[in-house]
Amino acid sequence: MDFIIILQAGVATGTILLFATIGELFAERSGVLNLGVEGMMLIGAMFAFKIAIATGNPWLGVLVAILAAGLISQIHAFITITLQADQVVSGLSLTFLGAGISVVLGEGLSKAGTVSLLPQFSIPLLTKIPLIGPVFFTEQSIMVYIGYLFIPLAWFYINRTRPGMHLRAVGEFPAAADALGINVYRLRYFYVFVGGALAGLAGATISLAISPGWFSELTTAGMGWIAVGLVIFAQWNPIRAAFGAYAFGALRRLILDIQGPTVFIGAIGNFTFLEMRNPFYYNPYWGFFLQMLPYAFTIIVLVIGSREAMRKRLGAPAALGNPYIRGERGL
Amino acid sequence: MRTKILWQTVAVLLIATMVLSACGPEKVGNFEIPAVVKGKFNVAMVLIGPHDDGGWSQAHYEGLEYVAQNVEETHVAYIENVPEGADSEQIFRALSRKGFDLILGTSYGYMDPMETVANEFPDIMYIHLTGIKSNGKNFGNLMGAMENMKYLAGMIAGARAKLDGNPKLGYMATFPIPEEIRLGNAIALGMRKTCPECTMDVRWINTWHDPIIEKDAAASLFDAGAQVVFTGADTPAVADVAQEKGKWGVTYDWYGSCRVERCLTAPYWNWGPVYAKIAEAVKAGTYTPGWDYFDADTGALGLYGFMEGQELTTGMKDLPPEVIQEVRDLMAKTLKGEWTRFDVFSGPINDNQGNVVVPEGEKLAQVDLDAFPEFGLGCTYCMKWWAEGITAELPE
Repeated sequence: MDFIIILQAGVATGTILLFATIGELFAERSGVLNLGVEGMMLIGAMFAFKIAIATGNPWLGVLVAILAAGLISQIHAFITITLQADQVVSGLSLTFLGAGISVVLGEGLSKAGTVSLLPQFSIPLLTKIPLIGPVFFTEQSIMVYIGYLFIPLAWFYINRTRPGMHLRAVGEFPAAADALGINVYRLRYFYVFVGGALAGLAGATISLAISPGWFSELTTAGMGWIAVGLVIFAQWNPIRAAFGAYAFGALRRLILDIQGPTVFIGAIGNFTFLEMRNPFYYNPYWGFFLQMLPYAFTIIVLVIGSREAMRKRLGAPAALGNPYIRGERGL
Repeated sequence: MRTKILWQTVAVLLIATMVLSACGPEKVGNFEIPAVVKGKFNVAMVLIGPHDDGGWSQAHYEGLEYVAQNVEETHVAYIENVPEGADSEQIFRALSRKGFDLILGTSYGYMDPMETVANEFPDIMYIHLTGIKSNGKNFGNLMGAMENMKYLAGMIAGARAKLDGNPKLGYMATFPIPEEIRLGNAIALGMRKTCPECTMDVRWINTWHDPIIEKDAAASLFDAGAQVVFTGADTPAVADVAQEKGKWGVTYDWYGSCRVERCLTAPYWNWGPVYAKIAEAVKAGTYTPGWDYFDADTGALGLYGFMEGQELTTGMKDLPPEVIQEVRDLMAKTLKGEWTRFDVFSGPINDNQGNVVVPEGEKLAQVDLDAFPEFGLGCTYCMKWWAEGITAELPE
């Protein structure tokens, strides 16, 4: 069991969660909760794979995935922003719609054969840094590297730029933003699109890089739901989101690698302070417990997140979940 | 206040969805129950995964298509992504009410729900795959001797690992149930035949199909030093990861799953002929359900690279010719029914604790292949041991 390998794999798998989480974070920051992440990811994964097979160009697949998932998110935008319907119901329906469309259009793709994947490489020099080099810069997919660039950019955009300020205003106090001449509706449409596009990118990352192929609805394996939970855990902050995404990714790999060694030995130099039978080696049922953790964690986060007082302390956008109706009292 | 209620709804809905997605594929309550065609023989199939999953479910679905084409006056229908357990019971009951004549359930966890529903509808035949129960009247069990194919694949993999100078295999196992242990043991027995110094590592993934976990588990085994990795789950992730790492993967379930260069071989199912035979018998009213366990002479089992019209894969071409010949000979015998699952599990067999499980001259019986001692089915040797060479343990 090598922790560097676990972290390296965690960063790769975590990149899927990273894109989806940051996308959802943008949408929620503008005040729109979109529970359709899983469905949009499926749309992205399917289109990316389908187009890559049809054209032989994975980048074209990524592009179409982004656009397709972005477009389908606009259904949610229309229903919740223009028609001012319930965001939860609409988001859940979007999950089913996305899954349905991707399954129908993805028919036969499982037999389609192999496709050229997105490139995977090491970054010269950086790969030599101890610990950080092997974990972050060695033999990762290009999507992983794009993910690194994304984290500070998203943070900077939200917290330090003018459009980012508008985004926050729309999510915190849309009436005030409106009074300042910001077009609340248009911005919300835009950020729901951004959320969808990034979910599509996350889907493409699965099917063309991290876990190649199309396996119908199983392709995303519940990743979209974990992303929704991660947004709350991250307190709507992209840097925390990245941390959570990579940690969840690493946990998924740890569950497997921990089954390998027969004993756990903790030692500093010649001094052994721990030596115990590895329960994960001797009893496969222990693995169930670890596998449960990401989901249990998400449940706990959501329960905490559902308490008004806690939510304020966590820093949820104040207008999250509320349609903006012009002329009504704010919030 | 409104926000509070909203958030509570979100939490409840999310929890419900996650609980469901943790046990199996998403979606519940919006399954469409197919209709029967009056005057025809109606067959329904319930699938654990999507019908085009590229593995287990796809192999069954193609078997169902075979039935539609080869059994006269037959109408077939399927429902996919049905979670195991209580949800599936409603599906089986709904299909029964529609009036299907033969209902096939293709996952281990459908066993108890199918048994319950079968007792409510005595005129309908229920065939369950890979389980261990039957009521002898209208609920039977069906499985095939995949262990022969896994054994032969184990021989190939052992020879491959030996030739590559890295005598280590890996087995990505799904759940600790007799079927997975039996198939893992068959691989190990075959492996030891061509590579006595080989060992095999195990990773439990606790799912039948999760492309991302399967990929991680394959990587975990390769990174721990395995040269050839087998999968007991549904997707060809092992071969894709092998391709990436310059090692070898052995896929499973469906002949189409072995498609990359680093895919060494694939033991696979060809359900069509078996399903057609059962459908004919049920239609004629002559089928007696029980423990229907078929061997390779039915034509329902295959090993990629060795069947009619297939060529050796890249990874087999430079193996010692005598190994290939031995596999071919055993394959010929198994296809004729002369070398069966009981020959795979014939003594002497040692477990990995240094005990003799099956003494010289003895063979395992069917119940030994299917059961743990605690099932109370009266097995003598049972299937709760790992064969020599497997570096893993089983719970007490």
